[in-house]
Amino acid sequence: MSDITLVDLCIVACSEAFRGNGEIVATGVGPVPRLAAGLAKLTHTPELMMTDGEAYLVEQPVPLGPRKYDDRKPAGYLPFSRFFDSAVWSGRRHAMVTPTQLDRFGQINLSYMGGTYDKPKTQMLGVRGFPGNTIYHPNSFFFPAHGPRVFVPQVDMISGVGYNPAKRVPGGNFSGVNLRRIVTNLCVMDFGGPDNQIRVISLHPGVTFEEVQAATGFELAQAENVEVTPLPTAEELAVIASLDPHNVRASVLKDNPPAVRAAA
Amino acid sequence: MSLDKRMTAAEIVAQLSDGMTIGIGGWGPRRKPMALVREIMRSDLKDLTVVAYGGADVGMLCAAGKVRKLVFAFVSLDAIPLEPWFRKARESGVLQVLELDEGMFQWGLKAAAFGLPFLPTRVGLGTDLAELGGLKTVQSPYDDAETLIAMPALKLDAALIHVNRSDWRGNVQVFGPDVYYDEWFAKAATKAYVSCEELVDRMEDHYPEGAQDNLFERCFVSGVVEMPCGAHPSSMPPHYGWDMKAFKAYADAARDPGDWSAVADRFVGASEAEYLESIGGKEAVAALSLPIF
Repeated sequence: MSDITLVDLCIVACSEAFRGNGEIVATGVGPVPRLAAGLAKLTHTPELMMTDGEAYLVEQPVPLGPRKYDDRKPAGYLPFSRFFDSAVWSGRRHAMVTPTQLDRFGQINLSYMGGTYDKPKTQMLGVRGFPGNTIYHPNSFFFPAHGPRVFVPQVDMISGVGYNPAKRVPGGNFSGVNLRRIVTNLCVMDFGGPDNQIRVISLHPGVTFEEVQAATGFELAQAENVEVTPLPTAEELAVIASLDPHNVRASVLKDNPPAVRAAA
Repeated sequence: MSLDKRMTAAEIVAQLSDGMTIGIGGWGPRRKPMALVREIMRSDLKDLTVVAYGGADVGMLCAAGKVRKLVFAFVSLDAIPLEPWFRKARESGVLQVLELDEGMFQWGLKAAAFGLPFLPTRVGLGTDLAELGGLKTVQSPYDDAETLIAMPALKLDAALIHVNRSDWRGNVQVFGPDVYYDEWFAKAATKAYVSCEELVDRMEDHYPEGAQDNLFERCFVSGVVEMPCGAHPSSMPPHYGWDMKAFKAYADAARDPGDWSAVADRFVGASEAEYLESIGGKEAVAALSLPIF
């Protein structure tokens, strides 16, 4: 038991976001979301579609890290050149990503922080595909370091649509906005509170709600029965290990802690 | 009119002028017409509006002060997520920007390609993009009466694109795992200039079996130049992968010394021949393995 890592627990918790999603493209950006999508496909949701991270659809998820270029086995084709037509703007996708900030409405930021828009203190990547992703298809999030600089009252630049009533343009169609699950190194949350308020649905072993609340820059709700996030099964651990032969995931969480905290 | 569209890189750049809106094909560190970008770097061109899914092309043009306005959805070198020279330019407050979603961006190119003032989209609603970018909305005239963003045409004075093959007349063949939005850059532009890994006289005499890779027709091509390794340090599958060592040196230089004029020689060179020699020649580029994702 003690050799189970927290990152493996997080991967399993993330994979639950894809359970029963059907024939859609599951995109996991970053090692944990990507392993989670692969785990979902190889266990509970085989109908998921996914790419090799470049341009081809694969039925066998591509492992992380060094391999030979031709080690993938393409079954289909989904390059960027038709990604919006086929996956994003058709709503046939669920992406799990790690924005720089997320606020109480589920609005996300990947553009800039601090200063002004004309002269930002910190320029980041740019909004990428977040505006389209969030208005067209389900999205979930993974954060390796739950803290108040990530979970902020109000993001500096709204790069992805959330549930902010003030940003609902009259006559706009927001029916595709569907924020599903937030997994962090402390807990699992969803948007199931009153008026889509973010709420804790499970706490990782040894974590308290108070600890999570203290690490969050806005008020959280709690599910009626907050559970303890389940430990991975032996089968799940084996699948994760097969998809990450170089143990890239060991460097995702600070100090790669065990899933169950040592007694204080 | 002559169907022989061969030009030198310098002749292509001489067709461009200050203040023009220039689209650059490729995506991040992939399939970038870097040899043509380097030729711009060697020129006096300035005050450009650059429209790109940005990588080091955007970074170095910004670093050299050639960009007045940038139209972008991201600027990234993939493994080096934040393009450091672009960052510096943004954080110094010198750039005008129009920040767009990746999908809106190609939608704007398509509007320009079709000669439309805009194309409607849901994308951007509920975010800060419309307000920051001055994007307006339209209402569907049908029963749904939906409010949509009117994504304005991204009309380009010129587009620069790097392709696998071309012939003298501009019959291109573009292949590899993904060709991104190069087709729409070509069609959105008044004039598209193409550099290629391999130039042949008559495509039908050399690669007729590749005709389906003719991503855009030759009526969209105004000039062609053979530039083997012309995407370096970005990737050009299947010929070569990206040069992450070169990207790293380029990124490190943004911190130390942090002054473009002190390092421009290293990343641009006095000529393309000199640049190619400085990176180890064609053999070194051909040996760059394709990236693993």
